[in-house]
Amino acid sequence: MRDLPVLTASPGGGFVTLFRKELLRFWKVSFQTIASPVLNALLYLLIFSHVLASRVTVFGGQVRYTEFLIPGLVMMSVLQNSFANASSSLIQSKITGNLIFVLLPPLSPLDFYAAYVLGAMVRGVAVGAGVFAVTLAFEPAVAALAHPLWALAFALLGSGILATLGLIAGMQADKFDEIAAFQNFLIMPLTFLSGVFYSIHSLPGFWQALSHFNPFFYMIDGFRYGFFGLSDVSPARSLALVALAAVLLAALALALLARGYKLRN
Amino acid sequence: MPDAVEVRDVARSFGRVHALAGVDLTVAQGEFFGLLGPNGAGKTTLISILAGLVRADRGVARVLGHDVVSDYRLARRALGVVPQELVFDPFFTVRETLRIQSGYFGLRHNDAWIDELLHHLDLTDKADANMRSLSGGMKRRVLVGQALVHKPPVIVLDEPTAGVDVELRQSLWAFIRRLNADGHTIILTTHYLEEAEALCHRIAMMKAGRIVALDTTQHLLSRFGSLIVRLSAAKVPERWLARVTRNEGDVHYLELETYAELEQLLAALRGEGIVIDELTVAGTDLEQAFLRIMAGSATSDEAIVAAPVPEA
Repeated sequence: MRDLPVLTASPGGGFVTLFRKELLRFWKVSFQTIASPVLNALLYLLIFSHVLASRVTVFGGQVRYTEFLIPGLVMMSVLQNSFANASSSLIQSKITGNLIFVLLPPLSPLDFYAAYVLGAMVRGVAVGAGVFAVTLAFEPAVAALAHPLWALAFALLGSGILATLGLIAGMQADKFDEIAAFQNFLIMPLTFLSGVFYSIHSLPGFWQALSHFNPFFYMIDGFRYGFFGLSDVSPARSLALVALAAVLLAALALALLARGYKLRN
Repeated sequence: MPDAVEVRDVARSFGRVHALAGVDLTVAQGEFFGLLGPNGAGKTTLISILAGLVRADRGVARVLGHDVVSDYRLARRALGVVPQELVFDPFFTVRETLRIQSGYFGLRHNDAWIDELLHHLDLTDKADANMRSLSGGMKRRVLVGQALVHKPPVIVLDEPTAGVDVELRQSLWAFIRRLNADGHTIILTTHYLEEAEALCHRIAMMKAGRIVALDTTQHLLSRFGSLIVRLSAAKVPERWLARVTRNEGDVHYLELETYAELEQLLAALRGEGIVIDELTVAGTDLEQAFLRIMAGSATSDEAIVAAPVPEA
């Protein structure tokens, strides 16, 4: 028997390829994955600011409502699109059966996790950046961020958390319907009720207290602190809670991937 | 030299169904090995366990000596699998599909081999076509290309020729034979028994999660094959009546074990002065052996296992 030629593999190459494939996947349908969510956010801005700008006072009048709305909409777009990318990429591959192409190669659970999550984060942040750029046309003053690094930290952590949730939902779901349920009954209400459109100080006591149990509230409040230097709760506390959630969810996702949960059975 | 594939006491249940009920199997490097059995016999589950797509409930599976769970990176690098289902990624072209698959194995500058694969699979003209636009047979060939893109020493083909037309089937087999001649181990499952008969040196037959026969193709044919003789004559010699399976007027069907028996039958006909109007012999084939083994194993749990692994 002849010796077989051996092809030399570059370390980490599998991860790089899967990450690039995840980027290509949404880039090839960028109208649907980037342009349309940017347009959605713009419509929210136009409608809500038009209806509410004269009636709502936020941060004791230090920030105008339309300005206040922008970081909320940017972060909401980051979160929703990070979730949508990871979950729909995985469920599509599961349902069409082409996930097998990713399961056969020697990719580690970490390769798999990092590629899907980073791919989804790029989409989330790209949509968020698009929303930010478009809304600047209406409120150029918002461009001067008070603490840009804080904003960046919350954007990255929030998008990482939602991407990880999307990955877990994609693993758990057996059909598109289940992803849609997760998105419409959990992700949507939690983002809408997290203070995207209002400051929780404007809520009655009970709802204000309840908002503190909504993890999305800390992501949006912390992100908004990066813009105005003002927030409903201490940004350090928000950062700690959001970082803790990111670590716990990542650990859960990695444990599920290592077990091959609903992927290798 | 480690075996290409080594499976020890591997079992797997799905709910109450025992897809695999304790399977032992070794395939030596360089073999062209056939895995046959009816639907639901456990062939695909066994392949899925080797490929890491399904975890075994118990037992050990190794590819080139690498455990498929604890040493999965090396095991998967050594293995190329053509899956049974016709799956594809609708976002990409043929070349993108092969490049991406190559990249998953960490092989980023693999275009020379990808071009060669495209050529052998007759896909060069379709390299830049989107996967969605391909016919079923072409998609199947891309799947073969994806399985071979990292030049795996062990290649598993799960029903690779389903839906592929005859001409392409021939060219595909010529290519797979060449890979085998180059030293690649080939494990094939197929429903086309004549393919297994023509290609495989050794065959395992599975039924209800067990291996019920494991031997060289030649041995299986000689042990379980038979000759069906269609004899058109006034009568059959007395001594041979027990071998008659069917009569249609003057046409008699006899089932014989060997060609030596056929000679004896002809001698008996001559001896009794019976005139042969017409005589045809349907040769031994794997299908008969397969049907006999499947029928026989229904009553017995004893596996028909013989012949040690041959030198490859």
